[in-house]
Parts: sequence; structure tokens; C-alpha cells
Amino acid sequence: MAIRRILIANRGEIAVRIIRTCRALGIETVLAASEADRDSLPARLADRTVCIGPARASESYLQIGTIVHAAQAVAAEAIHPGYGFLSERAAFARACETSGIIFIGPTAEQIEAVGDKLKARAAAAAAQVPVVPGGAVDCLEGALALARRIEAPWLVKAVGGGGGRGMKRLERLEELPSALELAASEAGAAFGDARVYLERYVTHGRHIEVQVLGDGAGKVVHLGERDCSVQRRYQKLLEEQPAPHLSERLRRRLHQAAVRFAARLKYRGAGTVEFLVDTEGDVFYFLEMNARIQVEHPVTEAVTGVDLIAEQIAIARGEGLRLEQSAISFVGCALECRVNAEDPARDFQPSPGRIATAHWPSGPAVRVDTHITAGARVPPYYDSLLAKIIVHASDRGAALERMRTAIAATRIEGVATNLAFHAALLADAEFASGAVDTGFVARFLARTPLGGEERKVG
Amino acid sequence: MSLTARDVAEITRLLEESSFDELYLEFEGLKLSLKRGSAAQVAGSVPAAPGVRATESAAPRATEPTASHVPEGGVPAAPPGDLEDVAAPLLGTFYRAPKPGNPPFVEVGSPVEPDTIVGIIEVMKLMNTVRAGVSGRVSEILARDGMLVEYGETLLRVAKAV
Repeated sequence: MAIRRILIANRGEIAVRIIRTCRALGIETVLAASEADRDSLPARLADRTVCIGPARASESYLQIGTIVHAAQAVAAEAIHPGYGFLSERAAFARACETSGIIFIGPTAEQIEAVGDKLKARAAAAAAQVPVVPGGAVDCLEGALALARRIEAPWLVKAVGGGGGRGMKRLERLEELPSALELAASEAGAAFGDARVYLERYVTHGRHIEVQVLGDGAGKVVHLGERDCSVQRRYQKLLEEQPAPHLSERLRRRLHQAAVRFAARLKYRGAGTVEFLVDTEGDVFYFLEMNARIQVEHPVTEAVTGVDLIAEQIAIARGEGLRLEQSAISFVGCALECRVNAEDPARDFQPSPGRIATAHWPSGPAVRVDTHITAGARVPPYYDSLLAKIIVHASDRGAALERMRTAIAATRIEGVATNLAFHAALLADAEFASGAVDTGFVARFLARTPLGGEERKVG
Repeated sequence: MSLTARDVAEITRLLEESSFDELYLEFEGLKLSLKRGSAAQVAGSVPAAPGVRATESAAPRATEPTASHVPEGGVPAAPPGDLEDVAAPLLGTFYRAPKPGNPPFVEVGSPVEPDTIVGIIEVMKLMNTVRAGVSGRVSEILARDGMLVEYGETLLRVAKAV
């Protein structure tokens, strides 16, 4: 089906990113913006902007009916949901399906299948993809029996969850009843689903994810793996491709596992299969699948030369996969730093405000995905991502050097940023040696002063 | 694209000869709206307003400005200082009447109270009533029936009661 006009149901840098590809493809864009984003850069770049509601996301970017209605009223054939907001809401994908609008993403059933962590675990096991030992919890006796079977420490997680909410770590069996109760009530409040499950807590793990594209009929290709172990409280801060210091055998197994999992779902569109890779042994576990374009997709674009948004649109148009696996090649190394309006000297507190100065780096193999220009407002209602700085080089050492230069050349005034964190991280010997685990950032922050007078350690 | 005074005169003549009361033209960044009305009333009530609102200067004609400050019956509307905008509380399709063919909820000149329904905004088959929120008299209706209105868009203006 032809797509001449796309409604973008998102904001910030990803809206700018989607507009860029649409322009290249000759597709008109209509931005669905909240009142707070009417004068934003994507609002100026889009062919048209419609104001869908007040600043608060629950009354604008999360209003399924309003957004579908807007798409119909402006005669858009398709909606691109970006990431976050409605991108992984099955009800939204279903509303598009029933309204005759193309949802640029997977089917509603696929979103449901990967959104329910227990269903996803079952699908992974069925696809011969290893999962962390654990399982469903319906009563305390069952939970205790399960906990005894798998080893301590444990993690109680929300079935409908994500982002660390509804998650409790415990070391002793006596803690289990209270952890279950707490996790269930947190999960119920956050996701409207109080079901929890129990897993072994893998202490030394790397977060490695595989980018896939599926045609919706069972054919899936992968575009390599990203290492996203540099995280603070489950928030990724720096990503890279390829994952450093990984045996070729393990790398291949990760790719194959991701393809098997997505193929079993007959996955449609761009998605990411996340794994926890045990740094000690040569083992990995399925974590979850993200059924959307991801923030860190540009590192994959840098290494493969593939425009992932263009492939999403092609699949949505019914063109299927335009790339054979053998045609996808991987060149060099790419890094991405997320520049957030957060103050590392004040425990990464968000810092909304007006941007007085914005100077972004440039040069060969330096890419900046941003919606921030001088004078732009950073509203307090949304996430604090200002920009993604992406560099590409022939090897990791050269990429690190290029990123150091890029971060040093960046100047943002008006709001506090985490640029000092990135500068310190890129100067750190442990990070430079590669293959850090997800506990690295906490250790790094504990030993690295970042300019805070009374910085809390721990 | 530019519009000469002669073009506007020609368009105005076409409107006058037609069976339509309003004409709204938009192309290449230029917006022109014309509304049929009495020249005498315009001259008497809003002398400063040009007859034609366009981004380029055009010759004034014997037509009323889009904003119908003069309600039917010739009662002068309140001065602009006392006008209150009634904004769309949500994005959707605006309807002036409860059903197609029914008389509109309000017309220019209709008295309104804060809870008077002035229109409906439909979102995905859900009808949301819009209330005036202010007491007074409708002085101008900007939103067009059956068209998309955005959140915060001015639907109509009310001359506030004193």
C-alpha cells in the first residue's frame, strides 16, 4: 500500500529523525504535538503540525483516540509511533488496524506476546533460546519451592513491567514474602498488572541486544549486536556496536538466537532482542524483546549503513525485507553518547529550562540526532534526552578518540547536562579496556568525582 | 504567487454572483477569506477593518471581514476588549449542531451562559460537548462545521455580559 503521508506520534529527537527519512523518501509528515512542543524543532520541520492536547503526556501523546482521529482527519495513511509513549501499546496498534491506518511497527498480537514477560519467556524457551532460571509465581509456597530450586540471589519482576519498576532483588528466603508483596503492589500501580515472577539474579552480566528486521511472514534478518551495559538505574547512557571482547562463536549464537525468537513470532518490522550475557561463563539468557525502533538504533546504522527507519517504512508498505542477510555487512565500530539534561553533580537530577547556547560537534563520521537549538525549551513533562552523539571509526580505539573530541566540542548552556559524565567515562581506563558489565557505572561513579560539592557516593 | 487588486475584484464578483455567502481561499502561503454582507453595516461598525483579509494588500471591496462583528439584526457587538475566546478542549472534528440538518447550537448573536453547549467535538465516534464557559453573546464563530479543530484552537468568541 502506498504511503504518501505519515503522522508522527512522538516528539523530540526521534520526531526529527523520522522527518529526515520521510523527506528523503518524499513522504509528507504531520507532527502530532502537545501544546508544550508546538514551537519545537520537529514542529518547524514537519509539513504540518496538529496540536493534540496539553503538555501532560497522559492528555496528549498517550491519547489513542485523539491520535488516530488526527491521522484520519489529515488523511495520513500511516502512523510512526517512535519509541516510548504509544509505541508498544497493543491497544494503539489495534486501534490503527481497525481504523484502516498502517501502524509502522509489529502487529498488536506481537506487541502483546513480547509485552507479557511470562509469554515472552515461554516463546523464547520454545525457540530454544535460553532464559534465566525462574518462572511464574502464583502462591507463596510455589514461590518458595521455585526459589529453592534456582540459586540465590533472586529477582522478583513484574510480568507486565519494564524499566526496573516492580523489580525487587533479594538474597535470603525470609525476604521472599515481603518482596513478592511489594513488587506486586508496585507492578499493579505502574502497569495495571500485579502478576510477578521469580528469576535468578545474574550478578555479573552484560546487556547485549541484537537488532532484527522481520517481514511479518517469518523471514528475519539481524543487523548485529549492540552493547548497552553502560547503564545507571536501568537507563542506558552509552551504547556501542559491535560488543567488545566477545568470542565470534558467542556473537554468532546471540545473532542466531535473536533471529530464531523473532522468526517464531513471525515478527514484523524493526525490533530488538535483549540478552544478559554472563561475563564469566560463555552463557547468555534472553531478557526481553523491544517491539519498536530504539533510541540507540544509530550505532547500528553507522556500522551497517542501513537506514532503519526507511526499512520500517518499507516493511509497513508491504515491500517486505529488502535486505538479504548476506547483503548486510558490518564495518568498524560505532559509539553513541546520550546527552541528557541531567546534572551528574546532583545525583543526575533532571534540569529543564531554556537552552541559551547549543553547539554540537561535527566532522567526518560524527552524527548528532537532536531537536535542540539555541532558544529551545526543555519542558519538565518528558524525558531529558537532548541529543545523541554518534561516532564511527575503523576500530574501537579510534571511535573512543573521536567521541572524546566530539564531547569536548559540545557546548550546552542554559540547562545542566551529563556531558561531564561522558567526558570522565571516555577517559576511564576500565571502560576503555572494554567489556564492562551493568554494575560498572555504579562502581565508576563511586570512584570518580564529577564536580558535585556534596556528591552522594553509592 | 501574488494576487493583484484586479484578481481580488474578480474573485469578489464571482462570490457575489454565486449562491454562496463565504469564500475561503488558501494557496502557496496566501490566505484570502471573503464573506457576503452589507457594506453599509461594515462602514458603520468597523470602519478600520479592511474588507478583505489577505497576506498581500488588496483593494477593499463591498464585503464584510471574516469576523462577523455585526450580528444579524444589526445589533452592534461588544467592543473587542470584552471578547472571550472559547477554545477547543481537545482535538477532534467540530460540529455546530447536534445532528446533521439540525439547527446549530448557537449562532452569532445567541446569548450564552457558562454551561450553554456551543458545539460538539467528535474523537473516534465519541461526542464531547463544548460549553461556553462564560456569559454573554456569541460575537463570532471561527470553527467550521465538520472540520478538524486542534487542541486550544479558538472555536468562537463571546462578547462578555457586563
